[in-house]
Amino acid sequence: MDDFLWRALLAGLGVALISGPLGCFIVWRRMAYFGDTLAHSALLGIALGFLLNLKGNLFSGLTLNTLLMLTTLGVCITISFVLVILQSQKRLATDTLLGILAHSSLSLGLVALAFLQGEGLRIDLYAYLFGDLLAVTQTDLDWIYGGGALVLLCLVWIWQSLLSIIVHEELAAVEGVPVAWVRLLFMLMVALVIAVAMKIVGILLITSMLIIPAATARSFARTPEQMAIFASLIGGMAVALGLYMSWEWDTPSGPSVVVAATGLFIITFIIPISALLKLFKV
Amino acid sequence: MISDTILIQVCNVSVRFQQYTALDNISLEVQRGEIITLIGPNGAGKSTLVRVVLGLLKPQNGSVYRQAGIRIGYMPQGLSIDPVLPLTVERFLSLGSSNTKSALERVLEEVGAVGLLMRPLQNISGGEMQRVLLARALLREPDLLVLDEPIQGVDIIGQYELYELIAQIRSQRGCGILMVSHDLHIVMSATDQVVCLNQHLCCSGHPETVTKHPAYLELFGARAGRDLAIYTHHHEQGKPNRE
Repeated sequence: MDDFLWRALLAGLGVALISGPLGCFIVWRRMAYFGDTLAHSALLGIALGFLLNLKGNLFSGLTLNTLLMLTTLGVCITISFVLVILQSQKRLATDTLLGILAHSSLSLGLVALAFLQGEGLRIDLYAYLFGDLLAVTQTDLDWIYGGGALVLLCLVWIWQSLLSIIVHEELAAVEGVPVAWVRLLFMLMVALVIAVAMKIVGILLITSMLIIPAATARSFARTPEQMAIFASLIGGMAVALGLYMSWEWDTPSGPSVVVAATGLFIITFIIPISALLKLFKV
Repeated sequence: MISDTILIQVCNVSVRFQQYTALDNISLEVQRGEIITLIGPNGAGKSTLVRVVLGLLKPQNGSVYRQAGIRIGYMPQGLSIDPVLPLTVERFLSLGSSNTKSALERVLEEVGAVGLLMRPLQNISGGEMQRVLLARALLREPDLLVLDEPIQGVDIIGQYELYELIAQIRSQRGCGILMVSHDLHIVMSATDQVVCLNQHLCCSGHPETVTKHPAYLELFGARAGRDLAIYTHHHEQGKPNRE
């Protein structure tokens, strides 16, 4: 097997590992659209990264990939804060706000990139929108595993509090959970995962890696923890299958992974797996 | 100097939401071993007052005193869990405080919900859910129990049973109880003091005196007297352990 194929597999599995548990919380908290909004705004981060790379000697110490990751993270975090501020004004419903932020930041990103292309920048927009597993570099891998480890540690740390907030926010507050902090930390974690996973399945498909494995895992799980672990495993299977498809039939890797994940999701609907599990007393 | 049997004291509290006054100059006190019931029509500010007591809402005016180191057990109003979250009763109970399995079984026995531990939270009845919520509040060994509409979604027999259970918890654990009720007929028997709320404090006192108070009668009308009569009748037919 070639080097780049190994890197692709490792990167995909890393992303599946993090997005399993994080995706469960997104599904439980009904934050799918929030994830989507951050992902859309990531393109603005990409544009900003290229702009800084073009203009500044300030960031010459960083590789382009690292710079892009940092600007994407910055934009995602900014958008999260803007959302919190707009929500606190209670003038528009959250889904309306998310719609505005998602599409305006995506469009702004596309317009900015067009200007940069006018300046002579050559970028593969398609790869950012839909992902390109096969172009993963060592720097990307470092980010995925470094960022992923950080997110998983944080998630374990706030696991109980986060679960308590999902079940009943006020009850959690009375029982001493620092609700605002936990929610903020969770938002930052989602932003970080989107920034590092963007390369794999792309801006427009990244939410599917968070949601589809988690939704598939629901039918097997009897505890929240089981659901999180199963979601990681299912995500990993989808990555392996999608990569195989991409290799065998030369299909785009990001969409292939999502198609594989969707396939697994549909199978769990057709085959009564919980009945099978009961049969074998698992 | 505030006496140490006072668990919580709310003094001249007012809460406004933009133009709307939710609570106007309310004072309230809960002592150890006492059951206080908040009654009032929809939108009277009962839940707002509960949120002030719990410390979830800061009033614009007035002060709230909580006994130092007080542990509050809170039973929120109705809980619905999204089916996408796999959660057993056991896991739900362990969210608020860490406990051994036998402690969880003991508290379920106390609230009369034995055998629910492994059941998914989505599959239990309304009455069982209320008992499980009460169990989670009790697991914190509370000095003060705050119960927001504890009989919600429970049939009439279950309502009597729940109030009896609450009275029993008070006498066994000696904690103070602040309870919200929509209606009052059944509540009356289990309570030491009734506070009748309608943005402002209409009247308060022993259940017997409150039901004769003009402000109370105006708020609840003749229906209230009738409901109470039904209860008294029921009581004469041999409800145990009352006075």
